[in-house]
Amino acid sequence: MQTVLFIVRRAAHSIVVLLGLSIVIFVISRILPGDPARIAAGARAPDWVVNNLREQMHLNDPLPVQYVYWLRDAVQGNFGLSLVTRRNVAQDIAEFFPATFELALYAGVIMAVLGISLGAIAARHKDSWIDNVMRVISYLGVVTPSFVWAIIFLLIFGFTLGWLPTLGRLTEGVPAPPRITGLYTVDALLTGRMDVFWDALKHIISPALALAMGSMAQQARITRAAMADNLAKDYIAAMRALGVPERVVMNKFLLKPSLIPTVSILGLDFAATMSNAFLVELIFNWPGISRYGINAMLRKDLNAIAAVILVLGVVFIVANILVDMAVAALDPRIRLSAARGV
Amino acid sequence: MSQRSTAMPSLGREAWREMERNSRRENWGRAWYKFSHNPLSVIGLATVLLIVLLAIFAPFVTPYPEHAGPFTDFANAKQPPSLAHLFGTDVVGRDVFTRTIFGFRFSLSMGLVVLSLVVPPGVLLGLVAGYYHGTWLDTVIMRITDIFLAVPPLILALAIASVLKPNLFNSMLAVSLMWWPWYTRLVYGLTTQMRNEYFTTSAEIMGASRWHILFREILPNCVSPIFTKMSLDMGWVILIGASLSFVGLGVQPPKPGLGTMVANGARYLPDLWWIALFPALAIVVIVLGFNLLGDGLRDLFAAEEI
Repeated sequence: MQTVLFIVRRAAHSIVVLLGLSIVIFVISRILPGDPARIAAGARAPDWVVNNLREQMHLNDPLPVQYVYWLRDAVQGNFGLSLVTRRNVAQDIAEFFPATFELALYAGVIMAVLGISLGAIAARHKDSWIDNVMRVISYLGVVTPSFVWAIIFLLIFGFTLGWLPTLGRLTEGVPAPPRITGLYTVDALLTGRMDVFWDALKHIISPALALAMGSMAQQARITRAAMADNLAKDYIAAMRALGVPERVVMNKFLLKPSLIPTVSILGLDFAATMSNAFLVELIFNWPGISRYGINAMLRKDLNAIAAVILVLGVVFIVANILVDMAVAALDPRIRLSAARGV
Repeated sequence: MSQRSTAMPSLGREAWREMERNSRRENWGRAWYKFSHNPLSVIGLATVLLIVLLAIFAPFVTPYPEHAGPFTDFANAKQPPSLAHLFGTDVVGRDVFTRTIFGFRFSLSMGLVVLSLVVPPGVLLGLVAGYYHGTWLDTVIMRITDIFLAVPPLILALAIASVLKPNLFNSMLAVSLMWWPWYTRLVYGLTTQMRNEYFTTSAEIMGASRWHILFREILPNCVSPIFTKMSLDMGWVILIGASLSFVGLGVQPPKPGLGTMVANGARYLPDLWWIALFPALAIVVIVLGFNLLGDGLRDLFAAEEI
């Protein structure tokens, strides 16, 4: 019951945030100098065409009314046609979204697994040289932008060592697996094409790693700090005094409470990864939604910009809710206080 | 109370001031001792000072200051790093070292302008929302803050930058619009604690104005966390600025923005690796410097909220 109440409260809050975001996006898309109808119709269209289009696009109505029309379309997944390519924006998004999602998924797995293990290792060897090496690595990870990692990995794995391919999602000539989920590695496995799976996997490693580095370093730092804090607490000493095996103390009684801060940051980082992906997508020529969004931004393709931001914003907010639920599952105190509305 | 009021005139105003000065000097000495105890903080401070000096005196310390703009020297193009060109030359023959040092100017001004646009309104809103905790003012300000914080900062900054004309100033504006909520939230947290402290209550009882309480009682107690956050944020703002330039929405060529140089250089990987790699490493160094410095300050002030 309390859990349900907690989720309801959380969802209600998210809807407010989403509405706020949609207003910001709408305002952005309307403050641009220039007439959207004129842009859509083309510079040489006669005035009556533009006027009809203005009426059709509800541009003659007051702004709040325009917002309601715009929101109604957006909720139905109708973002209109791209002002530049004349293609349906929603279809474009559906086409490019899975590539970025796949990239972010792999990055998320890398940052969770490596980040937590590195942090746990550092905490177990606190104040030794291992801890210091980890500290330097995580510092470098945090301050290095993902596009710099992308260049470094491209140079090392792609060119110098030649282990991994450098561009795109698949080698040229390898057919894309039939579209089931849109995630190439998953689709290839589902259809039993191991060769395609390996090829797709090889392509995704460098960009996913580049995308994960910053958050991974942060996970490691946070996990280490939380474990080091909890390690000094009385209940750990009590467990040890009771003769509980060290492995059980570490993995069960120390790791679980220490993961709370990590999980909250991890979810936020995963969501941010989706929108930070464009830096990496540009370098690896990855056909994802972020690269699509950047191209739209450079060409001032307003419908596409609005759609991309809204989709990424929704992903971010949904991830936030999932994180809160995961944290509540780890920490009963949060669940109770949130349900009580404290 | 009565003791102090009789003691004060006998000591004299000058003597009091002197005592105050001494204790302040002592505090600085103690702070520096604590700060310098961590070698990483000192490295951070030294890096930041070095970069600031290099940026200010860029025309005098770089070997080819004329290369910072639209300059071509095709005879010397695509030279790998050497003694004459420490970081090599780019595809039109400009010295990458010179351009990187000039690039620091854009990065630093990005950080300075954004923070000076962001901190005053962010802090003010945080003070007001925190002091009027539980009222409609608090609700309105903090809900709006939540909305801004709920959106990945980079993507909205990108969106704002994209509808404006792409240049350095507009990218500063875009980042600023995204950045103020962090200060509002920081100061809000501090203020809600401090409004219940005895010094605030006593000021209220003595009939001090709201203005006095907000700016003379509460704000001075928020200064060290704010400064710590600013020094950490310098690094992040520079990083986001470089990212905007990297995608073409910030500093425009031929101006040597660090992100712009990385983006242009990335096209010539792997053969002309130095064109992209050195500006990229420069971004890492400047962000690292501000982070180490900020962490040092955070330890110094024991400001855990940040």
